[in-house]
Amino acid sequence: MGPLHGVRVVELSHELVTWAGKLLADLGADVVVVEPSGGSPMRAWGPFVDDEPHPERSLWWWHYNTSKRGVMTPLDDPALAVLIGGADVFLVAEPVAALTAAGLDWEVLSRTHPGLVMTSVRPFGRHSARDHEPCTDLTILAQGGPVWACGYDDHTLPPVRGGGNQGFHTASHFAAMTTLVALLHRDRTGQGQLIDVSAHAAANVTTEVSTYGYLATGYEIVRQTGRHAGPALSLPTQFECADGRHVNAGLVPRKGADFAAMLAWLDGLGLRDQFPLSGLLEVGTAWGIVPVSDIMNDALTQEVYAAAREAQQFVASRLGAYDYFISAQRHGLTAGIVYSPEEVFDDPHFRARGWPTAVEHPELDRTVTYPGQPYRFTETPWAISRRAPLLGEHQSLLTTGWD
Amino acid sequence: MIGSVPWGAHPSTPGALGHIRICDLSGQLAGAGATRFLAAFGAEIIRVEDPVTKGLWDIVRQMAPKFPGDNGHEGGTGFNNHNVNKLGVTLDLRTARGKELLAEIVRRSDAVTENFAAGVMDRLGFGFDQLRALKPDIVYVSNCGFGQVGPYGAFKSWGPVTQAVSGVTFQSGLADREPAGWGYSYMDHTGAYIMGIALLAALWHRQRTGQGQWIDMSCTEAGAAMNGPAMLDATVNGRPLRRAGSPSSNRSAAPAMAPHGIYPTSEPDRWVAIACRHDDDWSAIADAIGEPWATEPTLAALAGRLADQDRLDALVAAWTVRRSRRDVVAALRPAGVAVAPVATQRERIDEDPDTAGWGLWPTVRHTRHGDVRVDGVPAHLSATDWHVRRGGPLLGEDDDAVLTGLLGLDQVEVDQLRADGVI
Repeated sequence: MGPLHGVRVVELSHELVTWAGKLLADLGADVVVVEPSGGSPMRAWGPFVDDEPHPERSLWWWHYNTSKRGVMTPLDDPALAVLIGGADVFLVAEPVAALTAAGLDWEVLSRTHPGLVMTSVRPFGRHSARDHEPCTDLTILAQGGPVWACGYDDHTLPPVRGGGNQGFHTASHFAAMTTLVALLHRDRTGQGQLIDVSAHAAANVTTEVSTYGYLATGYEIVRQTGRHAGPALSLPTQFECADGRHVNAGLVPRKGADFAAMLAWLDGLGLRDQFPLSGLLEVGTAWGIVPVSDIMNDALTQEVYAAAREAQQFVASRLGAYDYFISAQRHGLTAGIVYSPEEVFDDPHFRARGWPTAVEHPELDRTVTYPGQPYRFTETPWAISRRAPLLGEHQSLLTTGWD
Repeated sequence: MIGSVPWGAHPSTPGALGHIRICDLSGQLAGAGATRFLAAFGAEIIRVEDPVTKGLWDIVRQMAPKFPGDNGHEGGTGFNNHNVNKLGVTLDLRTARGKELLAEIVRRSDAVTENFAAGVMDRLGFGFDQLRALKPDIVYVSNCGFGQVGPYGAFKSWGPVTQAVSGVTFQSGLADREPAGWGYSYMDHTGAYIMGIALLAALWHRQRTGQGQWIDMSCTEAGAAMNGPAMLDATVNGRPLRRAGSPSSNRSAAPAMAPHGIYPTSEPDRWVAIACRHDDDWSAIADAIGEPWATEPTLAALAGRLADQDRLDALVAAWTVRRSRRDVVAALRPAGVAVAPVATQRERIDEDPDTAGWGLWPTVRHTRHGDVRVDGVPAHLSATDWHVRRGGPLLGEDDDAVLTGLLGLDQVEVDQLRADGVI
């Protein structure tokens, strides 16, 4: 059983909180996802099983609703209010006005259920003057800062929104964390509370140096291909390998031992003599630890550092990406293969850790491999306890209540 | 009412996590970001660093951008940002006395957190078995690039490597070009959030049952969970994300939308994002554009727009590029279309009422560098809201307070530890 076993959550199905609900459900919380009559609009989001659009075949729905139970009912159903009354957490992303109209806003619930934790996610928070503006993952990430930092060295190309609806994920991460904070407080005091999460604010504080650097020193950044945005274009760190795939060559070598490791790596591959700048790498072996920010201050240091990057590119041109990744790491050099997401299912490390997770779909007579656990608890393991609910699959909860 | 009160005007309330103490050996952002969140809600975070290397295992201590004029280990603005509200203690864990003192802190803590490379804690003598012997109900969260066990357990990592191996880099890019990836360590942030969830869930279980445990977190596995629908498309339909024309992440497959992209404007390197969610949106966009092509019947329905996306994007771009961002937004937003400027740093931090009004940029006092703005928390809690007041600690800034106050040493002993180089 997961660590949240016994925690009851009612989630009104919405793209801003669906990931938060899954995070809690896969940790053992009893999450009931509530869909409007006819089903959640997200059931119409692809891809679909065998490319056949159908409310029970949305892979989006499948992924984000594992371990949840499901009911289908309008917001003003009195039975829903009863269900919420028996819950520990009410997870929502509806506008305040819609909740108020249904008698489900905090003003009402806080009087009748003072121990309830109500977690709301809105694009700009519950009381923004812009609450009525339509928002999508794209507009959240564009206005919130992530997009400005991502893209290519060539600035005639547009900046890039990272894929996978990460704006929704980031908002949901804060919804899940704050919900747990409120539960820990409630457990000791009996006091529930309202949590107001802003997806826009969440994106804003998930941009690393482009925010804290600007706040502290006015630091401004320009986007660059496959690496950190910074005040000026830096040397590339992403290289195309002999098989057409890419690697990320990781941190710069910073100390003598890193350069010695790099030379040993070239030796191991039989490439030291073919790499014309090996001599500069040998200079680097005499270095102490060089602070990253001091690297570009001195001409020789700069040359040695650039030689290390060239060595990485040189090796990449002669090896496949996986061989680059493994051989570099075996020599203690930081590097990563740029996998397409599905390729991790076949990676030996992910397989050895049992990360791919089988989930039964008995209606289709299929066992489907899902993304696995983000964390391993020794005593209360993460688990996908069931596949996503079918339309109205647990409708009896509305008549019998929590079991 | 939340949101109508400026941040900081709330009456001081005891933090929701005021009863939690964490012995925190984590750093960078992937670790420090998790305990930072708990610190904002009142948890006592004792950040333990190495006096010998001046804490420089944590490279953000000395990484640009730096406070003006400080090139040393107190200069990194990232360290300040990631460690607000924490106590700073130094212990040389190469020495027997340093290990004894760490053990004493562990005995008085609810959780131990770290994000060293795999195996480091075992070598220091503070693996899970040893921690549990010191404090039977301890919660221990370890977070490293590839997790503590498995063929890559010894591999080195940092944010961009985690992003590369997990698929997060690959899914960011324009069609048929190399991956654009992320211009910052998205997975350091996200790894910290996942670590925070693990830590809080384990503390919840411990508070309810008295049982501690170890959580082995692999930041790469956390990243690989960030692309679920695309991964199911591969396992169910056999369709990999790595295929011709894919990914094209400024477009939207789930849900299917077109046009959907980031378009140029008349201003140099200034862009606008437009998401056409459905046919009604398209009708509004076509009206705003008012050019003959926009009323082509084949574009009226989603299927037609999806089938003709390259041409459609070029036509929309040809319209936006003759206008400023402001004009594009003014033409589309009142019509109910999801449209937004790609905000620069200054625009979203200094000129956006929804960040300023939220209190998203609180000012903290750094002992050496004075008042500085930092990241706030993107949530407000009606009963136990967050507070961020103190800057990241100087190296060993709280040695005296923690060693005397928490561990009960007298000042003479602390002075001797300092003279001996243990702290």
